[in-house]
Amino acid sequence: MNAKLADRIATVVFYVIALLIIGILAGLIGFILVRGLGVIDWHFLTSPPSTITAGGGVAPQLFNSLYLLVLTMLITIPLGLGGGIYLAEYAKPGKWTDILRLSIEVLSSLPSIVVGLFGFLVFVQYTGWGFSLAAGALALTVFNLPLMVRVVEQAIRSVPREQREASYALGVSKWQTITRVVLPAALPGILTGTILSAGRVFGEAAALMFTAGMSSPMMDFTDWDPTSLSSPLNPFRPASTLAVHIWKINSEAIIPDAKEVAAGASAVLVLAVLFFNLTARALGRWIHKRMTSGS
Amino acid sequence: MENRATSQWATELLRPDKKQRRLELKGRLMTLVSAWVIILTLFSLLYFIASKGVSTFLFDGVPLSQFFSSEWAPTGTPPSFGTLPFIMGSFMVTVLAAVISAPLGVGAAIYMTEIAPSWGKKVLQPVIELLVGIPSVVYGFVGLTVIVPFLRDVTGGPGFSLLAGVLVLSVMILPTITSIAVDTLQSIPRSMREASYALGATRWQTISRVLVRTSLPGLMTGVVLGMARAFGEALAVQMVIGNADNMPTSLIQPINTLTSVITLHMGNTVPGTVYNDALWSMALILLLMTLVFIVLIRWMTRRGEAR
Repeated sequence: MNAKLADRIATVVFYVIALLIIGILAGLIGFILVRGLGVIDWHFLTSPPSTITAGGGVAPQLFNSLYLLVLTMLITIPLGLGGGIYLAEYAKPGKWTDILRLSIEVLSSLPSIVVGLFGFLVFVQYTGWGFSLAAGALALTVFNLPLMVRVVEQAIRSVPREQREASYALGVSKWQTITRVVLPAALPGILTGTILSAGRVFGEAAALMFTAGMSSPMMDFTDWDPTSLSSPLNPFRPASTLAVHIWKINSEAIIPDAKEVAAGASAVLVLAVLFFNLTARALGRWIHKRMTSGS
Repeated sequence: MENRATSQWATELLRPDKKQRRLELKGRLMTLVSAWVIILTLFSLLYFIASKGVSTFLFDGVPLSQFFSSEWAPTGTPPSFGTLPFIMGSFMVTVLAAVISAPLGVGAAIYMTEIAPSWGKKVLQPVIELLVGIPSVVYGFVGLTVIVPFLRDVTGGPGFSLLAGVLVLSVMILPTITSIAVDTLQSIPRSMREASYALGATRWQTISRVLVRTSLPGLMTGVVLGMARAFGEALAVQMVIGNADNMPTSLIQPINTLTSVITLHMGNTVPGTVYNDALWSMALILLLMTLVFIVLIRWMTRRGEAR
């Protein structure tokens, strides 16, 4: 075959590959939503799961996922900001910076199940907490921190150097330059990355099986005392999340509508992740427009 | 008097304010603390997993030769803890997933950068990013609900199988390979393409003989990263692989991987028993494989830069 024919065949093949990938995503999300949306209603979202009969919901798992996300981000964001600022502004080429970059690379490559097992050893057994939201949040911090650091560093590095130099020329100190000039300019990128990492945290399961646990004690939503065991705000109670719940139902459940509950929970999970994804983009765009007074 | 006043004023101006200096130090200290938290986290993780992982050999008396044998009978008499079937399972599922995903991922990247750049940016890039965001447990659920029944119908086997695991993982790692391939192809100077076109080459000739050859180290880096992710995946694999302690010899046969065994049994064994320690040793293998993948990636990256 001649060169022109090979060129046309190759072009067709590339188009087919592209369409195949789009088809995979559309099929995946379409399947999840079609199977799951029929299950989701107010009752499903607000009632606890049942262990034997049909008709259970996912209220505790949904709340736990959101609460765990909040706890994780409360820990991850300051550390991520600190690490990102250090790498972008203070780190000098040398041995310790190399070790730090290698550490971030290794941590971001670790299988989440290994992170979960580490969390099990340290935050569950060593601390004596047992399975708890706090252990889960710390394990997810290990899982999420490298991504946050990278996101922050990249956002800061993308700020034009001239803005820093203008600030220095006015006699402003380095730290004030960072906090008042560089960080505001980097905010859109930081925010987008943070929200995307939140979606990742929300959907994580393997790291949580061994740290936050796979069951939830009965929660009393009228009790908001964080030290009470039945309070939803207690960070030291064991907690099953949506993602862990999906796995557990598919692996072990004996309820007659296990497939339907799993489909509904999967749909909720995917919708939440899509929400994080689209919000991250929209918010990034909106803030960028506001801060640059663009049209 | 004027000279003294001027001198004093200049001195005051040039001396940084005490408050400023304190702020500077505090800020720098905060960032340094964050950096050290990261380093300490890594080293404590390595320490804990490694010390737990070697217990099987140092304290439980299981010889390495048995641990890497193919006889897994943890509750047998006498018990045997051969993990070779799971190691082979993990490698098989990883390599086969990469075999499927690499051409698709690289093909998609070529499409996005060379065939239809504007449409690729607008449509395919968000698609890839959304695929990254889908939780692995959802991939597992879809695999369990769609792929397993499909394979059961097509092959007449149980459906739960090595092939099911391969298909699920290949979709999961596709975005990783594609994203890195896109970055790699975009970093090739435009002048190389233009030189090729100037000599009368077709687009496919330019792609296959200039671009792919030039960016091969970068493309391979993406594939290895994808393999690292596939090797470490736990839940999505466990849900579709069948969880049978077989040596993987057939695509349509159920098997186990290191991650699926750990997932299933870590919570059901008593801490401190040999069985439990063996599971920790498997976790150590996972950790070591991660380090191997990173070394491989760094070596390929360096080799790419040396070109």
